Amino acid sequence: MLTILFDGIAYGMLLFVLACGLSVTLGLMNFVNLAHGAFAMAGGYITLILVNRAGVPFAAGLAIAFLSSALIGALFERTLYVHVYRKSHLDQVLFTIGLVFMSVAAVDYVMGSQQVYIQVPSALQGRFEFFGVGIGRYRLLIIVICGLLTVGLQLILSSTRFGSRLRASVDDARVARGLGINVGAVFTLTFAFGSGLAGLGGALGAEILGLDPTFPLKYMVYFLIVVTVGGTSSITGPFLASLLIGICDVAGKYYVPKFGAFVIYTIMIVVLILRPQGLFARAGGK
Amino acid sequence: MPPLVEQVARHLAARARWSPLEYAFWLAALASIFLLPGRHLILTEIAWLALFALSLDLILGYAGIISLGHAAFFGFGSYIAALLAKHGIINEPVLALVVAGLCAAVLGFATSFLVLRGSDLTRLMVTLGVALIMREIANQIPDITGGADGLQGVIIGPILGIFQFDIFGHVGYAYCLTVLFVLFVLARRIVYSPFGLSLQSVKGNALRAGSIGIPVNARLVAVYTLAAFYAGVAGGLLAQTTAFASLDVFSFERSADLLLVLIIGGTGYLYGGLIGAVIFKLMQDWIAHLTPQYWQFWIGLVLVLIVLVGRERIGLWTGGVRALVESTTRRLMPVAREGR
Repeated sequence: MLTILFDGIAYGMLLFVLACGLSVTLGLMNFVNLAHGAFAMAGGYITLILVNRAGVPFAAGLAIAFLSSALIGALFERTLYVHVYRKSHLDQVLFTIGLVFMSVAAVDYVMGSQQVYIQVPSALQGRFEFFGVGIGRYRLLIIVICGLLTVGLQLILSSTRFGSRLRASVDDARVARGLGINVGAVFTLTFAFGSGLAGLGGALGAEILGLDPTFPLKYMVYFLIVVTVGGTSSITGPFLASLLIGICDVAGKYYVPKFGAFVIYTIMIVVLILRPQGLFARAGGK
Repeated sequence: MPPLVEQVARHLAARARWSPLEYAFWLAALASIFLLPGRHLILTEIAWLALFALSLDLILGYAGIISLGHAAFFGFGSYIAALLAKHGIINEPVLALVVAGLCAAVLGFATSFLVLRGSDLTRLMVTLGVALIMREIANQIPDITGGADGLQGVIIGPILGIFQFDIFGHVGYAYCLTVLFVLFVLARRIVYSPFGLSLQSVKGNALRAGSIGIPVNARLVAVYTLAAFYAGVAGGLLAQTTAFASLDVFSFERSADLLLVLIIGGTGYLYGGLIGAVIFKLMQDWIAHLTPQYWQFWIGLVLVLIVLVGRERIGLWTGGVRALVESTTRRLMPVAREGR
């Protein structure tokens, strides 16, 4: 029972790291980015190549995954995404679906279509008992890393100059521009950071979520559910939503395997019916 | 009749008149039955895809609802048609097709209330969610649907009890084309009716439409249900011409490809889906010949390019063709105009 809760929390944390970039970009630019998973996949595959083929240590692989996904994100944002912000939602959807299709086929071409695994150091494998609760070491690592990241993000958002600029831009981009905040630059940085986090999530999660070229398609729904359930005005909303979905998904697959996949979709539809703005959206927010 | 009302009525009647190019289009379609007998299998695919795209055009082009899960209705219709034939409940394909469409319409009606709420993003999510749930249901009841293996052993009876489906797809193509034509004429009637005009006003500005007395939500529910019927029939056609139904009918790629089909042809003038289906299938066929495994990459590239170049600019070519049609119409039928 507690083990399921533990696994669910690890899964939810992972979802949060993967999806929080998406929720911020969506809230900031009202931009529907269905290709977010592609950046996560990029991070995963980069780590895979570094760790499995070049023998780079796992921790360094994770750091490089973050940096390189962030770089790729910034590059795409500056060259391609900027042209699409002002277009309709339909255009944004088409554009990002196109990117997803391209990334899926490109990775398939370069890396092959089979599912791959990153070699995790032996110290992180296996599980131990802690007061009768079976705890996987790797999952514990995920919880620790993601927990630290969440705290860090919250601190950045609430108490740095950049954080207050970002919050101002999310609340009302026009007024923020009027106050002299360079919303475009804030957005590029946020987009890059969000993509970097997704890349880190993809590398960390390869063990649990699996990694193959269809990753962006398979998990797109999960990211979107997190964002819609959590709302886009803060990061606590998506965080709580990720935990809720992670725990419900793991528990659902364990207790009622026949209906496992329905659980999260049902949660999503029920939430959307009751609270179209998201479960944790602030009243009066955008 | 007051002169203004008369003027408006005349304008609307002129808008709804069939133009020579439309006749030419359908004559070409008819001619393809006899002139291209070797290509009937791909033409059949084009026909049901065109009907499916037409159904998306009804909600996207005329009512402004973005859907990422239109495959839900397509797939539902497909399974219904296949199941009806497999268990011999309704052996006559046309009747089975209507039943499949009606079942999909019921599903569309039930889920339309979810679509009424919220923004574009919420609609994307809900439509996507419905399609995923349908797929999951089909996956979880293998006794009925055959699960991941698909529904096999479907035998389709002869159409109207006379025309048996043949292996080269000749009968299948004629059948699909007939269904497409009948439903197209129906859609054309609906779109040019006052109901269709009210839909366009809802798309333009739902708030204003509501304030001049158009029941916005009722109209959206109606058109969503109608579109679900069309999608269900398209799915039924697929099941009947291939005598097979699999989980693939619900897939996300199908919904996404459908958007591409409609965008290629242009939204909001009914022929967009039809032209888009022709171009998309030929393009897919051609790319799949070049790179069988990675054709998705090029489809994605087309999507990205369309958006970057701008749909309006791509729409120009259809717009140019339409302007040409209008001017020829005017030149060919001055008498008809004077005579009114």
